[in-house]
Amino acid sequence: MKAGIVVFPGINRERDMAIALEQSSGAKPRMIWHQETDLSGLDLVVIPGGFSFGDYLRCGAMAAQSPVMASIRAHADRGGYILGVCNGFQILTEAGILPGALLRNAALRFLSMDCHLRVERSDTVFTARYQKGQTFRAVMAHGDGNYFADDATLDRLEGQGLVALRYASPQGNIPLGNIPLGNIPQGDVTKDANRNGSARSIAGIYTPNLRVLGLMPHPEDLVDPLMGSTDGKPLFDALAAA
Amino acid sequence: MQKEVNQSLAREFGLSAEEYGKVLEIMGRTPSLTELGVFSVMWSEHCSYKSSRVWLRQLPTKAPWVIHGPGENAGVVDIGDGLAAIFKMESHNHPSFIEPYQGAATGVGGILRDVFTMGARPIANLNALRFGSPNHPRTRRIVDGVVRGIGGYGNCVGVPTVGGEINFHPAYDGNPLVNAMTVGIAPKDRIFLSAAAGIGNPVVYVGSKTGRDGIHGATMASAEFGADSEEKRPTVQVGDPFTEKLLIEACLELMATDAIVAIQDMGAAGLTSSSVEMAAKGGVGIELDLNMVPARETGMTAYEFMLSESQERMLMVLRPDRESVARAIFEKWDLDFAIIGHITDTGRIVVRHNGVVEADIPLAPLNDEAPLYTRPTTETPKGEKLNPARVESRVGLASALQTLVGCPDLCSRAWVWDQYDSTVGGQTVKRPGAADAAVVKLEGLKRALALTTDCTPRYCAADPETGGRQAVAEAWRNLTAVGARPLAITDNLNFGNPEKPEIMGQFAAAIRGMAAACEALDFPVVSGNVSLYNETERRAILPTPAIGGLGVLDDAAQAVGLALPPWLDIVLIGATTGWLGQSLWLREIAGREDGAPPPVDLVAERTNGDFVRAQILAGHVRACHDVSDGGILVALAEMAMASGIGLRISTHPRDIPGHAYWFGEDQARYLLAVPDSIAMVKAAEAAGVPALRIAVSGGQDLTLPDGSTISVQALRDSHERFFPAWMDGETKKD
Amino acid sequence: MKAIVTVMLKSGVLDPQGKAIAHALGTLGFTSVNDVRAGKIIELDLAETDPDKARAMAEDMARKLLANTVIESFRVSLDG
Repeated sequence: MKAGIVVFPGINRERDMAIALEQSSGAKPRMIWHQETDLSGLDLVVIPGGFSFGDYLRCGAMAAQSPVMASIRAHADRGGYILGVCNGFQILTEAGILPGALLRNAALRFLSMDCHLRVERSDTVFTARYQKGQTFRAVMAHGDGNYFADDATLDRLEGQGLVALRYASPQGNIPLGNIPLGNIPQGDVTKDANRNGSARSIAGIYTPNLRVLGLMPHPEDLVDPLMGSTDGKPLFDALAAA
Repeated sequence: MQKEVNQSLAREFGLSAEEYGKVLEIMGRTPSLTELGVFSVMWSEHCSYKSSRVWLRQLPTKAPWVIHGPGENAGVVDIGDGLAAIFKMESHNHPSFIEPYQGAATGVGGILRDVFTMGARPIANLNALRFGSPNHPRTRRIVDGVVRGIGGYGNCVGVPTVGGEINFHPAYDGNPLVNAMTVGIAPKDRIFLSAAAGIGNPVVYVGSKTGRDGIHGATMASAEFGADSEEKRPTVQVGDPFTEKLLIEACLELMATDAIVAIQDMGAAGLTSSSVEMAAKGGVGIELDLNMVPARETGMTAYEFMLSESQERMLMVLRPDRESVARAIFEKWDLDFAIIGHITDTGRIVVRHNGVVEADIPLAPLNDEAPLYTRPTTETPKGEKLNPARVESRVGLASALQTLVGCPDLCSRAWVWDQYDSTVGGQTVKRPGAADAAVVKLEGLKRALALTTDCTPRYCAADPETGGRQAVAEAWRNLTAVGARPLAITDNLNFGNPEKPEIMGQFAAAIRGMAAACEALDFPVVSGNVSLYNETERRAILPTPAIGGLGVLDDAAQAVGLALPPWLDIVLIGATTGWLGQSLWLREIAGREDGAPPPVDLVAERTNGDFVRAQILAGHVRACHDVSDGGILVALAEMAMASGIGLRISTHPRDIPGHAYWFGEDQARYLLAVPDSIAMVKAAEAAGVPALRIAVSGGQDLTLPDGSTISVQALRDSHERFFPAWMDGETKKD
Repeated sequence: MKAIVTVMLKSGVLDPQGKAIAHALGTLGFTSVNDVRAGKIIELDLAETDPDKARAMAEDMARKLLANTVIESFRVSLDG
């Protein structure tokens, strides 16, 4: 799959993403400056993490108005593949390409730590190299990753199978409901799993055609055994092979 | 109306009568307000190092791998593969007390600029933090703000924060220390320096606009004041990490061309120090037109332009034919770009505003005649060596261990690290807490850097010379413990009022100790920063010469961490005498802060460390941890907690009391987890290194030498309790 | 003409910041606080002098950028 990475001012995980994509595909992704509008020839558009425009008004709000976004929307409309990670996920929701919004983390602090994600379906181009129900490790590094949508939207996402990934314990158990502030019982790893307080422990979602994935944690930072794990690599292997 | 310039105004600006006399002599007339401002900041302690310079000269600064030592924006060392590491540590203590979030954030921003100014892409941030007693009512708020500020800035610019240290002591109640360190990488033949050159070349201002931020208190009180002066003159600078990120990318993009002749960031004393230093270093003159400076506010005076400390700004001298290339890059990144002057052959700095010459100063005397003081010193009285047999222990090993691993100075820092993005860049091999030093791989290469910050202020207070030696030795040891070859250090010397002989004595002795250690360990100082006058209500902080160490691993895969694997032998390297003086056991368990600190035998330090490194690189070591605060038992517990694997610990030699043996803080020691302890001990003996098998790993409990048992989980519970519980208390009380 | 846009989280959206403030106020002894919501205020200095046009313009800006209507509501008021 031919991939391009969109770079907004303030994005800072574009290099991590390029390394992960190149490692799996052998091809250097095209770097796309946010004022470019030509996405022709690309199968996959990746919006990486960072603090686009400083995330000053709301995370991703300004980037969602950038010239490249019209082209990204058109790319989505023609059935192109899009991966938005962290700030990229926030930008996709701000642009209305994915539903819901990412609020401040429940504990109002930046969270930088490993988390475990449970794969909710493995029949998509993103998760083909994982098993359904499998959990894998990823790095989270965000201040605003608390997924929110109204109940009707959440029910629709669940009903249509559009929840891609959920925060889970290493054993794959999913905490229910939001975590009460500052009141996590010690040793309860399941309850600890959803640290940012996301609705229904949602870490990532798809569009109905399953071709756009937005997720908060960073699979691209765990693709090399030297960094402690290669749990994120199957995602990029699957994209490279598709 | 502007105030009249005279000796009393000069005093308000911080210049002594003698210093003002020198100004009059150099100028041959009464200086203008702007000129007085320039002299006062250039001759301030911060810019001129007038109290510390005579002592700093004692520090070794050279080695075959040192490319640039002190004197540039940051130190530069050769790390192989045609690359250089560029690094420095700098303090932002006072601003962090006034406004913890912005103080810490702008501290990170400032040190980042010192590093990317030289052409390096920043790849890691570290910090060294000292706070007051956890029981002091202000401490919690300061810790919270500083941690948020460091995270807020570092996370946004996308530079991983990979390491650091935190101590608490009542001596920092009114004066926390925030020392920030940045490490960057550049091709070693593409280092950018600050010496201006090329008569007629344009002087270019890039970055954020200038406002009235940070024009310091003393000068604030003297300039013209209107009714809205309060609102007009914020003394706290506000950081904008987004602009900094753009500035990094734009500067690195420009540095890939041949446009830049010289470049310097605008740090303390902003436009003044950057323009003066660039011109003086190049032996040229400089002319500035302040009407060309991008301003955020209207009606700013020449004095305000020259002294503003607005953040995220840089000054460059460009090749005239490359101006349009440079302009296009900065416009692409939406940053201000303005030609504000040019280089001259006059040897003077001339500043014009609204067509009027506001300053015209000869640069050579401004630099060369800067004050230099050899202030009087008195020696710190030395404490007595404690006899371990005479220090009674009323607490069993298990209980003392549990208390120690949970005390503020030793407890888990996860609450802090979890707020710092430590993985951005995708090259972090050893994250905070995983090893004695952070390990960051170089993109696309096998090579990695090991990084650490260290200082034990309570040793420095008891014996500044030993404390200075120990700080350097511990940094060297921590790099060694991951398998790295230590290369060089940056230092951040935090002390009290240098006009007091006892403080200057601490300073001189600490330098003496550091110099000896640097010399013995081939570990030169390549950059640094001095922060004096750290006092509140006349009470000084503990002397704190914080050391930032940098080492290199040829292959990142050889790095070892401290997490204990099961079914291995633990070998103690180094001699144990049971040294309890100034130990944490003495303070936390016996409630005493006395005695002489452990001596640092630099020969043993070198021999033991070189042995350990060789064993790691030969692949004989699965985990390694140096023995420092809390002694052997705490170090063993830290290894166990990192993996969840337990230990069965042997009995100790009979001639040393148990608590002294297990909690004493003798130096130059390491714990190695090895599959073959017999071979390891034999190899150590051959190298003349003391070695002893003291434990076996496995299970989920620590079985202690006195027969008692404590589970790793119970230790972890104590270890992890303090920070979240203490910080959570903030929303409940206060 | 100055337009002031007040952006608040919608009532159904959890507001942890507001909750934290309420909690802190309670412990300071302000026990009569029933609820706290935290939002933001954006001041716009507009060239437009006609109040109706200025209001319409500010509302358009709020819908397109200043507020995320998935989670936030906004209110425009004019000043001077």
